[in-house]
Amino acid sequence: MRKIVCFIVLILVCAPCGASGQLGLKKATFVPQWVPQAQFAGYYVAQERGFYKKEGIELTIIAGGPNSPPLDLLKEGKADLATLWLATGIQARAQGMNLVNIAQIIQKSALMLVAKKANGITSVQDLDGRKVGLWGPIFQIQPRAFFRMYHLNVKVVPQSYSVDLFLRNGVDAASAMWYNEYHRILNFGMNPEELTTFFFHEHGLNFPEDGIYVMEKTLQRDPELCRAFVKASTEGWRYAFAHPEESLDVVMRNLRKEYIPATRVHQKWMLARMKDLILSEGFSAPMGRLAHEDYDRVARGLQSNGLIEGIPPFHEFYNKCHEE
Amino acid sequence: MKNRGIAFKLTVLMMSSITLILASVWLYNYSFSRRIIIANVEKNARNLALATVNRIDSVLLTVQKVPSNMAHFLESFSYEGGDLLKLIRSMVENNPEIYGATIAFEPYAYSPNSQAFAPYFHKRDDKLEFTYIPYEYFTWDWYQIPKELDRAIWTEPYYDEGAGRIVMTTFSVPFYRVTMGERVFMGVVTADVSLSWLQDIVSSIKVTQTGYGFLLSKNGTFITHPDPDLMMNETIFTVAEARGDHDMRNLGREMIHGGAGFTPFRSLLTEKGCWMVYLPVSSSGWSLGVLFPQDELMEDIFQLNRIVLFLSLAGFMLILVVIVLISRSITRPLRALSNATEHVAKGNLGIVLPSVKTKDEVGRLADSFQKMVSSLRQYIKDLTETTAAKERIESELKIAHDIQMGILHKTFPPFPDRSDFDIYATLEPAREVGGDLYDFFFMDPDHLCFTIGDVSGKGMPAALFMAVTKTLLKTKAVRSLTPDMVLTQVNRDLCLDNPSSMFVTLFLGILDVRTGEVEYCNGGHNPPYLLRWEADAKPLESTGGVALGVLESAVYHSNKMILREGDSLFLYTDGVTEAMNSEEAFFTEKRLVVELGFLKGEGIRDIVCKVKEKIRSFSEGAPQADDITIMALRYFGYMRNS
Repeated sequence: MRKIVCFIVLILVCAPCGASGQLGLKKATFVPQWVPQAQFAGYYVAQERGFYKKEGIELTIIAGGPNSPPLDLLKEGKADLATLWLATGIQARAQGMNLVNIAQIIQKSALMLVAKKANGITSVQDLDGRKVGLWGPIFQIQPRAFFRMYHLNVKVVPQSYSVDLFLRNGVDAASAMWYNEYHRILNFGMNPEELTTFFFHEHGLNFPEDGIYVMEKTLQRDPELCRAFVKASTEGWRYAFAHPEESLDVVMRNLRKEYIPATRVHQKWMLARMKDLILSEGFSAPMGRLAHEDYDRVARGLQSNGLIEGIPPFHEFYNKCHEE
Repeated sequence: MKNRGIAFKLTVLMMSSITLILASVWLYNYSFSRRIIIANVEKNARNLALATVNRIDSVLLTVQKVPSNMAHFLESFSYEGGDLLKLIRSMVENNPEIYGATIAFEPYAYSPNSQAFAPYFHKRDDKLEFTYIPYEYFTWDWYQIPKELDRAIWTEPYYDEGAGRIVMTTFSVPFYRVTMGERVFMGVVTADVSLSWLQDIVSSIKVTQTGYGFLLSKNGTFITHPDPDLMMNETIFTVAEARGDHDMRNLGREMIHGGAGFTPFRSLLTEKGCWMVYLPVSSSGWSLGVLFPQDELMEDIFQLNRIVLFLSLAGFMLILVVIVLISRSITRPLRALSNATEHVAKGNLGIVLPSVKTKDEVGRLADSFQKMVSSLRQYIKDLTETTAAKERIESELKIAHDIQMGILHKTFPPFPDRSDFDIYATLEPAREVGGDLYDFFFMDPDHLCFTIGDVSGKGMPAALFMAVTKTLLKTKAVRSLTPDMVLTQVNRDLCLDNPSSMFVTLFLGILDVRTGEVEYCNGGHNPPYLLRWEADAKPLESTGGVALGVLESAVYHSNKMILREGDSLFLYTDGVTEAMNSEEAFFTEKRLVVELGFLKGEGIRDIVCKVKEKIRSFSEGAPQADDITIMALRYFGYMRNS
């Protein structure tokens, strides 16, 4: 037993120098914050099409998910690059973790509330006094601000990743990601016209979500790696949007590899929504920019919910690696 | 079609009618048997689906009772930790349908020391295993939904990673404790059911070769389906979306809302058209669909239809052959006759007609045709002979005409050296030869005899009689005889031998060219007109004689009158006044007198010609009915010489 452990350690130690020496490629590891669904199609497509290699990176993608928390992997150095929600990133930075946003990929918040018209909810005011399902703290900043904004007194019910509680009227409104739960609700037989939707970005609560993060020391050590990763990733995204079917093949293959049940139509919907969220400014807009006002909005949201105390300076948090 | 032969028309019309009949019979047979089969399929399908649903329901209902009783027990009696474990253990042990069970408490509800408390027993390889549920279960559906809904529920089927590690569905019953009059939620009692037995039940549904059953969960997920990719992964709505099949989506909605029905549906395995019966599983809110492949159920009908179709085709071919043969037998002689007729039409009457042995309409037609050809041949033979005879007669008549015209004066002026009078005459027979006559000749150097006549009847007899009369006149009118004497003698000779009782009207005058005295006798003829400068045309006084050849003893008298210089006599036959136009009106003497009034100043040749012209224009091309003869005589005396 001990021999085997030694052997593994030996391999782990020797592997990086061996591989990188061969092709002159830099080795890097990337972890997206969740399972390899279409939410991360751009990175998997870039990997599949060799965009990272072209930029001089030999990239390993660790499948994300509940067992691979990206913050931990970054901190422990098991991953060089990760995607995180902007709010998560700011929170981690504010709590002393030296990570840096090198590209804000998603520009528009996909978080939303969904309710059934059949339960008498057709406007914001109809939510007053209702049971609303909310996910964990990071996901609660926008809805709570929303409730304050409209003076809604709601009963918050903790929500899991299942939408059954909502479908069976255990809650009157449920949290949903536009690219995921909303479509799953549709695919459990609800028709769009039977639903009332509240998009937070339509209520002045646009919290941009997925961005690319590295530890500050990684950036200092190899800024070129960060720049190259962002470049290849944005190229991957653009390719994915231009070739949705090919990208879906890649996504489905990676999901199957992880034994994650998946349906192609759902991934197709997700990819289309990612296009809406990432290219919210249009196809020609530069990808990966983090707007200062977006940063402030999210940071203040965190602060007012007591999730952070001080707001980290923007220039420390964000290091622009993308092209203009 | 119009130009096609009878055989073709007959065949086409008969065969289309027969095709129509056969097709209608075939269609009716098909639709009728199809209806029967569908009715049977629907009945069987409903029975099969109902039996399956009842099997599922009976298991689920049995399972439901156990946690319900347990919840009731927990609400009614006090318990301790050890009791709970025993109770849960016996739940799982004593109920073969139950795979696992737990009693899960609200945070700190079981004990202030433990946040979560959920002891779990479940079966594994025929042994009982125990664990505390290792994850925070408060937001899991099996815990949260009954809590929020305040009633027992069946969860959506799920893969339990933490404890059961199988695909299962959980019946979850909330239980409460009443403290200080308030009902407080304490937790849930659950019973897990492995879905493998469910899959066994549903997959045991076998309909013909490719029919199958499938089970949808409350939100449309395929709990069981022969396609493993769909199971616990796709919903009927994702499949509908992938196929762009809106009907399937609507059907899915109806199914998960507890609908029941019988509807066409496409197999998701084979893409074959199927009928699907669907029924709700009432205990859990699921929906069972059973598919019946149409083509496989219809196999017998298709087989029958193929045979019927084959028989119909064979019958069709047989009838076709028969019809073709019959129509051939009818049209063959007709075609032969038609060919023969073409030859006959071209004049070949000698052709031998095809013989038709049958005694039907065609046979009779052939016989009649044969007779017609013979008659035609005979007729043409007769016609040829008749025509030859007619031609001979016509040529004889032509000769007779020439002869008749030859015996009339035709050269005018007849006496070019005479200037004391002028005479002009014309005769136009209605046929080749006519019965009119005129003549003039000097009886002696001073006396000019002129005559005009009209034989009764027309044609050859009249012409012959005319010739006789003219000859007689020429011979009788000799020097020093008066007109009445000439006519008396001619009459007598004509009457002597006149078996056909013909007669002739005759006017005869003798002009003394020295004095202009005219002695004349009229035997029943139209009186000639005297044309004078100063007066209207006036008929000569009658002499009262009858037509010649009628009465042998007839007596004639002469009259005398004087022609002054420039006076003219206009003689004519009744062909002039009785000339008819197309409305059968006569030219009449009145009109003649008027015309003569206009013409009296002209030369006699012009008078004659213009009167003739008038008659021609009057009759407007109507055929000439009678011979027209006109003679005019003008006396000049010595006027011209001086």
